[in-house]
Amino acid sequence: MEADAAKLIGAGIACIGMGGAGIGVGHIFGNYLAGSLRNPSAASAQFTNALIGAALAEGLGIFSLVVALLLLFT
Amino acid sequence: MANDPLHQFQIKPIVDMFSVGGMDFSFTNSSLFMVAAAGTVSAILFAASRSASLVPSRMQSVGELWYEFIANMVRQTMGSEGMKFFPFVFTVFSFVLMSNLLGMFPYFFTVTSHVVVTAALAVFIIAMVVVVGLAKHGLHFFKLFVPSGVPIAILPFISLIEIISFLSRPVSLSLRLFGNMMAGHIVLKVFTGFVVSLGALGIGGILGALFPLAMGVALTAFEFLVAFLQAFVFAILTCVYLNDALHPGH
Repeated sequence: MEADAAKLIGAGIACIGMGGAGIGVGHIFGNYLAGSLRNPSAASAQFTNALIGAALAEGLGIFSLVVALLLLFT
Repeated sequence: MANDPLHQFQIKPIVDMFSVGGMDFSFTNSSLFMVAAAGTVSAILFAASRSASLVPSRMQSVGELWYEFIANMVRQTMGSEGMKFFPFVFTVFSFVLMSNLLGMFPYFFTVTSHVVVTAALAVFIIAMVVVVGLAKHGLHFFKLFVPSGVPIAILPFISLIEIISFLSRPVSLSLRLFGNMMAGHIVLKVFTGFVVSLGALGIGGILGALFPLAMGVALTAFEFLVAFLQAFVFAILTCVYLNDALHPGH
């Protein structure tokens, strides 16, 4: 049963990576908001770029979630 | 087990059909909801375009809004020559959006919460990028991996990073959609499961169950946002990747 325990601990550790993705997505939208408050006329044109950046940052967090799920269910 | 959060993702055959070489070709609940998603999109767009008039009716403005939304996105990311790919991008967006939204109904199956579905979409998109890029630009397509204006000393290193980032695109494209949909539905199920297990504790438990119930309502609203946002992100990344095939070396 010790290998199972190590797997569960590993899955928990892998999920720490999602915190990094949270920091990244927060940075992107925070900076987008700061920039759009300084120059509201340019905000709508850059919203798509903000979404792409957030999606790319979030994808890396999803990787760690998938690693955790792989550890749990294989 | 009624409270198992993964139970909702089980694939069950509805109509048993033939199997070839150990592969089961049965019509499953996943196939049913794929057909339902495609059918719903077709029905809405058919109703929207049935009686086209200069002053749009309510259904027609839905269709026009839908069309213009994707058309603007394609024009912004790929330029007007990218409109050749508009039907493809529109189809991908509509299918993913409708699968995500249909999955939000209780007891309905979420097609996009299975990595095999999203991986098939993503691999098809990246294969299309490679084929279109090679057909349009020949070997110039590989300028994608050699960015202009990089000092020659670090160019091999940059090329290696570019190649790795290109190869990880189908992985990240499929896992992003799959992970978001599956994690969202698990979180919903876990929080609403708290309502049931707290409510069984008597009067104090029922009062306490109001908090996870409120959380469940808020998360449902959030999941609708995620369902739309992930379909949008999937479509816009398709556009960005196809733009690389149309204009490599930028």
